Amino acid sequence: MIEASDLTKSFGGKVAVDHLSFSVQPGRVTGFLGPNGAGKSTTMRLILGLDRPDSGEATIDGKHYADLVNPLRTVGALLEAKSVHTGRSARNHLLFLAQTQGLPGSRVDAMLDLVGLREVANRRAGSFSLGMSQRLGVAAALLGDPRILLLDEPVNGLDPEGVLWIRNLMKHLASQGKTVLVSSHLMNEMAVTADHLIVIGRGRLLADASTEDVIARGSSQTVRVRTPDADRLAALIRSEGGSAVPAANGNGDGNGTGDHAPVLTVSGVPAARIGELAASAQIVLHELTPQLATLEDAFLELTAGSLEFGHLGTELPGESASTGPASQPTTRSAR
Amino acid sequence: MSVTSATSYSAADTGQPVGGRKAGFGHYMLAEWTKIRSVRSTLWTLIIAVIVIVGFTALISWVVVANWNGPHAAARDARAISDPTSIIYGVGIYLGQLAIAVLGVLVVTTEYSTGVIRASLLAVPRRYTMLAAKVIVFTLVMLVLAEVIAFGSFFVGAAVMHSHVSVSLSGHDVLRATFGAGLYLVAFGLFALSIGVLIRHTAGAISVAVAVAFVLPILTGLLPDTSFFNHLNAYLPEQAGSQVYLVRPEGVPLLSAWQGLGVLCIYVVVLLGIGAYLFNRRDA
Repeated sequence: MIEASDLTKSFGGKVAVDHLSFSVQPGRVTGFLGPNGAGKSTTMRLILGLDRPDSGEATIDGKHYADLVNPLRTVGALLEAKSVHTGRSARNHLLFLAQTQGLPGSRVDAMLDLVGLREVANRRAGSFSLGMSQRLGVAAALLGDPRILLLDEPVNGLDPEGVLWIRNLMKHLASQGKTVLVSSHLMNEMAVTADHLIVIGRGRLLADASTEDVIARGSSQTVRVRTPDADRLAALIRSEGGSAVPAANGNGDGNGTGDHAPVLTVSGVPAARIGELAASAQIVLHELTPQLATLEDAFLELTAGSLEFGHLGTELPGESASTGPASQPTTRSAR
Repeated sequence: MSVTSATSYSAADTGQPVGGRKAGFGHYMLAEWTKIRSVRSTLWTLIIAVIVIVGFTALISWVVVANWNGPHAAARDARAISDPTSIIYGVGIYLGQLAIAVLGVLVVTTEYSTGVIRASLLAVPRRYTMLAAKVIVFTLVMLVLAEVIAFGSFFVGAAVMHSHVSVSLSGHDVLRATFGAGLYLVAFGLFALSIGVLIRHTAGAISVAVAVAFVLPILTGLLPDTSFFNHLNAYLPEQAGSQVYLVRPEGVPLLSAWQGLGVLCIYVVVLLGIGAYLFNRRDA
């Protein structure tokens, strides 16, 4: 189990992680979600003892990372920033890591096979593509057969097959009872991967709940209603305590049906009650569609507060530098 | 490169145990040895060190012998006769120490420039321990190689000058100077490594090492000939350390051979101490 309590870290007066507390449980994939610059990478580096918190602490099974004996046998980490000497071969990179943990050389070969880098094991890591580098990072993370995994934006730059591979790997490891914390700024990827979500913005905790809960409560349910008698229906809905506003894209032709009746976006009144109200007032409805909230909506709603103070201005130098073109959402999850 | 089939990840939770046993300091040293031998910069800087040190020793020795009794050669010939080791441990070590310094710097700074420092610290999060393993492995590797270079220089130089000057390891202080030349290179390499720990950037750390070895002595050499300035000059890292490979220093040296090396070692210990303290505190 990973525990952060009251973690705080700032860089040059800029607060990156702000009194953050959460725990990550074994046996499920926990998504660590937040916009770029929210403090995800910094939090992971604090957990791993690479950065020193200004206050608060992070523990792994109750211990500080530095106090773990042979830490790679307990914790595996894939960091977003590169952590491989470009002039060293993949095999030698894994070999020196294995040696620090007292692991046999055969374990290195097993990991090279696992991630499919066996044939290029003796090539300089600097010649690797982004996908191959990511695979080497996964091999290093799994080297010590750890029961806790931290993966920082693991699908960045991977092709769809690689994304699927990482996703299945994480789910598989979680099903083995391992603790998996995976960060991402891709909401859709998290929706299909994570069982539980920790959402942060500007270094603060915004949500710590199951993925379904975040989706359900994050965005208020709305209903799309198309009717020629919009004004009368809107008045009825307001008398029920709901709200009805003209939909932003409401004056189209009804998806090619040639229907030019106005569209309302209703919230606070469920679809069934809207139907009853319309029937009792003899209002004709052309369309009555409950709008399902997506994690993306929930995420935007949750992080709205943290964005409206100027998202671009709050990005940390370290994080913005590491989110180059490679971090563009090149991968859309298949939902 | 083909993508591994989606089912093969099941090996990750190890049908077979990962094996091995609890690792200790010996394992950390083995890992540092793997690191230092598995990058090309190590090989290249060592090849350059050998070529420069042994090569210049052979070249200068040959120049002395080839121009024996030649015009303007009287003073040089006299020096070669009175102290042949001054020909052997001269330009070669003076220039070659730069290659050693570059290796010392790179051993630390490439960890930062490539980011492998993060992997290293995840594997060995106790930073004093990790740095100690690195320093000890570098010292042992350099000790072997630097002594090979030093004794190689001696035998090459002695062989080239054999026809005019005879010099043997049994001569007065010759063995000390030869062994000392190797020790000096190790100590200067550690000095550069310490600067690497402090500065963390390759170019910056190499610049400082060059300035200390080559520029500072020139500057202090321009200072007035007073006791204070002479002491200042004598206690510079390169000036002090080089005493250990001089058989007959010019004038009356302020530091003996071993005192001089001791002064260089004090610089190393102090810089490494400060570097280790900062290494332990800084974010990686």
